Amino acid sequence: MTKLDATDLPAPRARRTTALRGGANTELIAWLFMRISGVILLVLVFGHLFVNLMVGDGVHAIDFAFVGGKWSEPFWQVWDLLMLWLAMIHGTNGVRTIINDYAERTGTRLVLKSLLYLAFVVTVVMGTLVIFTFDPCPPGSPADLLPSFCAA
Amino acid sequence: MTATLENPQTEMGAIPSFQVTMRVERFDPESGSGSYWQEFTLTMHGTDRVLDALHQIKWDLDGSLAFRRSCAHGVCGSDAMRINGRNRLACKTLLKDLDLDKPVVVEPIKGLPVKKDLIVDMEPFFASYREVMPFLVTTGNQPSRERLQSVEQRAVFDDTTKCILCAACTTSCPVFWSDGQYFGPAAIVNAHRFIFDSRDEGAQQRLQILNDKEGVWRCRTTFNCTEACPRGIEITKAIAEVKRAIVTRSF
Repeated sequence: MTKLDATDLPAPRARRTTALRGGANTELIAWLFMRISGVILLVLVFGHLFVNLMVGDGVHAIDFAFVGGKWSEPFWQVWDLLMLWLAMIHGTNGVRTIINDYAERTGTRLVLKSLLYLAFVVTVVMGTLVIFTFDPCPPGSPADLLPSFCAA
Repeated sequence: MTATLENPQTEMGAIPSFQVTMRVERFDPESGSGSYWQEFTLTMHGTDRVLDALHQIKWDLDGSLAFRRSCAHGVCGSDAMRINGRNRLACKTLLKDLDLDKPVVVEPIKGLPVKKDLIVDMEPFFASYREVMPFLVTTGNQPSRERLQSVEQRAVFDDTTKCILCAACTTSCPVFWSDGQYFGPAAIVNAHRFIFDSRDEGAQQRLQILNDKEGVWRCRTTFNCTEACPRGIEITKAIAEVKRAIVTRSF
């Protein structure tokens, strides 16, 4: 039994505490983001799978030249970048909620979330770098392994 | 004398009886030895409910068994308990509908502190309930006649008026089990009942309360609450409607 003494009770007509509440807060935005990014990812991921595995020679066509060719086009750069960022934020937020739900000790939660965010940053930074700095025609490589436009 | 009294077992219309083993989780706070399981074997009838079995244990076998019940007809919401792993009202669960080859397992509802045997401390549950202001909020002068409402306006929140505050939903929620701060489905259902009431003017305030770290965003849509509700309220749907109302309010 908890005993209430006078100081625990808010004064009559006192304003409600609104800390952490109100407008668009983190939890609301996170929840909304999961829905929106989920729908976009559905298109991006299945589009990616269709183009890579089914169009033309399908999965047998995938080699360095295929990937290099794709990433020399701005369209596929944007597509893959969007897919990378949305999937990483979507997945990281999902694991964040699982940690919040199941890790009861503050210390455990802090460690797990730090590892999670670290993995997020490393993957996103490296992925973004690769997409933008990828060289489809590395010098000194046999021409039959490179995309056709490298011939010059 | 009729045949009924001489040979009641074979009489037409007689209620069949059967043996049932009740496996009850006991806890005595004064013993300091923690909780333990106790089995009772009873002869019950086809018309008996789990509550009748508990009554027979308490009245004839072990008077120390503690559980709550008031109306015993599925309306007061006192006797929610975990029966064979599912949250149900003991007074609405017929024994003959359960698998009687195995013992019927009866535990207190999860996530709230157990006080004795099947009785839990409901205070955290009711604290969340009070927090969402489950009462009519209006402004201005009191009207001189009753506040009218159309059938359509009433239908919007009709489902959530059925709640009997038995806590079966909240204590079936895995988020509530691991995070006792979560408002829980029952509080959200009762907020929904007023948020969507055309006569009420406190919706913004209630939505603000539920737009909290421990509010509706904790809901993971596992549907445990909808499955547990003895009144058949579509709880997960009600929570989704509150979420949508908060989103449309914020943007």
